[in-house]
Amino acid sequence: MTLTIILLCAAAFLIISALSLALHTSALGRILVYGGSLTVSAVGLAAGLAELLGQGPAEALTLPLGLPWLGAHFRIDALSAFFLVVVNLGAAAASLYALGFGRHEHSPQRVLPFYPLFLAGMTLVVVADDAFTFLFTWEFMSLSSWALVMAHDRVSENLRAGYVYLVMASFGTLTLLLAFGLLAGPEGAYAFGAIRDSHPSSALATLVLILVLIGTGSKAGLVPLHAWLPLAHPAAPSHVSALLSGVMTKVAVYAFVRIVFDLLGEPVWWWSMLVLVLAGITCVMGVLYALMQHDLKRLLAYHTVENIGIIFIGLGLALAFQAYGMAWASALAFTAALLHVFNHSLFKSLLFLGSGAVLTATGERDMEHLGGLIHRMPLTAFTFLVGCVAISALPPLNGFVSEWLTFQAILLSPQLPAWGLKFIVPAVGALLALSAALAAACFVKAFGVTFLGRPRTEAAARARETDRFSLTAMFALAALCLLAGILPGYFIDALAPVAQSMVGGSMPLQRDVPYLSIVPIAEARSSYNGLLVFLFMLFSATAAVLVIHRFASNRLRRGPAWDCGYPDPSPATQYTASSFAQPIRRVFGTLVFRAREQVEMPPPGDAAPARLTVRLSDIIWDTLYEPVARAVDYAAGWLNPLQSLSIRHYLGLVFAAVVGLLLVLAISP
Amino acid sequence: MILDLAVQAAQMLLVLALAPLLTGFVRKVKARLLLRQGPPLFQPYRDLLRLLRKEVVLAENASWLFRTIPYLIFAATWVAASLVPTFANGLIFSWSADLIAIVALLGTARFFLALGGLDIGTSFGGIGSSREVMIASLAEPAMLMIVFTLALVAGSTQLSTMASFLASGEEGLRVSLGMAAIALIIVAIAENARIPVDNPATHLELTMVHEAMVLEYSGRHLALVDLSAELKLLLYVSLIACLFLPWGIATPDAGARALVIGVTAYVVKLAAAGFLLAIFETSIAKMRVFRVPDFLGVALMLGLLATLLMFVSRSH
Repeated sequence: MTLTIILLCAAAFLIISALSLALHTSALGRILVYGGSLTVSAVGLAAGLAELLGQGPAEALTLPLGLPWLGAHFRIDALSAFFLVVVNLGAAAASLYALGFGRHEHSPQRVLPFYPLFLAGMTLVVVADDAFTFLFTWEFMSLSSWALVMAHDRVSENLRAGYVYLVMASFGTLTLLLAFGLLAGPEGAYAFGAIRDSHPSSALATLVLILVLIGTGSKAGLVPLHAWLPLAHPAAPSHVSALLSGVMTKVAVYAFVRIVFDLLGEPVWWWSMLVLVLAGITCVMGVLYALMQHDLKRLLAYHTVENIGIIFIGLGLALAFQAYGMAWASALAFTAALLHVFNHSLFKSLLFLGSGAVLTATGERDMEHLGGLIHRMPLTAFTFLVGCVAISALPPLNGFVSEWLTFQAILLSPQLPAWGLKFIVPAVGALLALSAALAAACFVKAFGVTFLGRPRTEAAARARETDRFSLTAMFALAALCLLAGILPGYFIDALAPVAQSMVGGSMPLQRDVPYLSIVPIAEARSSYNGLLVFLFMLFSATAAVLVIHRFASNRLRRGPAWDCGYPDPSPATQYTASSFAQPIRRVFGTLVFRAREQVEMPPPGDAAPARLTVRLSDIIWDTLYEPVARAVDYAAGWLNPLQSLSIRHYLGLVFAAVVGLLLVLAISP
Repeated sequence: MILDLAVQAAQMLLVLALAPLLTGFVRKVKARLLLRQGPPLFQPYRDLLRLLRKEVVLAENASWLFRTIPYLIFAATWVAASLVPTFANGLIFSWSADLIAIVALLGTARFFLALGGLDIGTSFGGIGSSREVMIASLAEPAMLMIVFTLALVAGSTQLSTMASFLASGEEGLRVSLGMAAIALIIVAIAENARIPVDNPATHLELTMVHEAMVLEYSGRHLALVDLSAELKLLLYVSLIACLFLPWGIATPDAGARALVIGVTAYVVKLAAAGFLLAIFETSIAKMRVFRVPDFLGVALMLGLLATLLMFVSRSH
């Protein structure tokens, strides 16, 4: 029943897309697409929630589509249901937001038809139950999102973003194709049910794991496969950026979990080392990249890379525990990862929607041209602040809960007997702690430079508060961030069936814990009560306000800023995004980005301005992508003459190829 | 239950009442070491009361957030400080936030303080905020590594459990604990903006960090910010005392006599810590800002090493 509803939802998205082609120029098209998408994703959200909370049995369905001898298999289980909730919640928020935001779109015909297609693609990926359907819908999702990234194709950097995205997405699909090919074996058992029963040999499984890590990691943004992400995510319209960063990266996490935890069978312990090392590096590199940015949307996109790292740390730990049969510990790490998936989809969507509101109000993405927006857009500023606190993993909001659970999982890992893990896990813990602290720095910068201080340009000084639809969407997400932060127990309980089905264990039921605390293992070991912390803070702050205003003083006078007696009226004297990050750039950047600062002072007496030039180099791009790109270019140039051969030569090549293949067949056993 | 609540309430009020005294004591000892008379011991209380009664002079472009921040900082710091055992262990609300959450609550306070520095849009505020987050980006992971070490020693991240485990003396001396203690002292110095990381007595200097962030605050807002800073100093001293000097601390079900001993021991520990801090501060010069990462790097490495040793030596 639920599965049928979900498939009907996907069909409805496709119909909306088709209808929008007829209506794209009018406001009616916008209302149809976003209103329709909102309704359909609300239905999908309800269906996903019902399946997840109702804990019904897995449902399967085969449609006579796709490969004739295979059909299209679909299946919904707890894992799919959870990701359906994430996808549809993000889609509902983005659609609601776009009802207002879409008004400012100058080329709606480039966005409207592809938007529902993208949603349909993501919905179908998480219910696909055979390799063909999975890859088809995965590629469908990639291509429709590529079209959305290319919506504003007049900007030259968007063209580059689209190109890099297309190359990386095709590469990712290629590795997944190979992975499924290996899993399906020579008989071509493409249905997930058959793969699940096939128990591949350990060497084959390792090869599949590496391919899957590359394929899903490139979509999710694991370093060093993240290069496309900070280019493509900001290029799209902001509500699509929210979906790309908040939701599509999670679909990639789904693919990783589905293949590695569900299809691949028993893990080998050192798989987790691979995942953990990549994840730890991803965390710190992602946030350091983010700190160096001054484009608000690019900063947010780089920060997604960090959060993907946190999620994969949880998944890596879950794999390690599972390899040693510690299902309860594995469940803790796995739940932490999934909770972070949910939390990140909330606050990253919220922040991207906020950046869209800023973009509409000022026409600027560059923080160096913003400032003081809290006065002109107080409501947007408030929701953005909530998102910043949540993403910086600060209590009492939700980001803290999932990081706290990840830390608890790390503290369980001395029980793992493998020596490699004993050395790797503390280092990964340190990287996670470092990235948490740097994330707070990053979002002090993002909020402080964009919303606080004095406006740096006319555009920022004249900004207007955004529309009601957008505000409703942002406030809803902010409220969910608070709710998931103060009542995390219910969210953890909702994940229990998912953990049960994937790692064969689940965390203790949190609804039995008194006073709404969360207790991951035992109360003597660790517990956290977000509600109580929130109430204590609320009580202390209110008490302070009341006591001080009643018994001390409530007088207030406005005057010029003090600034040690030398206030400068020019807003250019404020700290900018780059100058704010300068101390951190000096501490970490000289190593990671080979940051160099050069000061050019004019000689005494010369009235020319002094200049400070900062050079950063992207080490991963330079050492990994540049050589590959050059090699491809070189090979393409070298193969170019093959394009203009005569028919005889082509026939000769075909003949040689056939002989070669026959030889391979003859030699191979 | 009632007694437990009373102990918790007493603890909350005690930290609030003692925090300015500790700061005053450190200032007094520092002055005496420099052969100055120094301000009276109770001067911080007078300062706070005077500031509370004065009107607030707010910069023309200050936002609503700027006015809210002092209350938020105070709330977060006070909640964190009241969850650290001072004279008695096993506080009734200790389960609501473990040591990781206490560190994160201080992180929340710092997050808002740094935003406060940026709100008016002055260059001093910006310099303070940007340096504060740089220092925090090293101090916080170091602190979390210390928490990891202690959690692995005690088998719990609950501060009460940790403190009673360490007080019981079951563990004896461990290299990891020694390294964690040194790292915690370094972090405490950095977090509380003390010499050699920052100078709490400075104004109008390009080297200041904390004072630069709060430069635009006045009146009751400044009083709250100052009180929060004093609370934070007390919190760190209490933390070091309850973890590494757990003698005399009252157990949860102890009688009145144990509580009296606990309070006395706590006051003695505070005085000793204040005295040592003053001596340390007068005997060392302030560092250049970009030497601070090296100083904190030591703490981070010690914390990491201590955690690593615990991972290797322990497998339960």
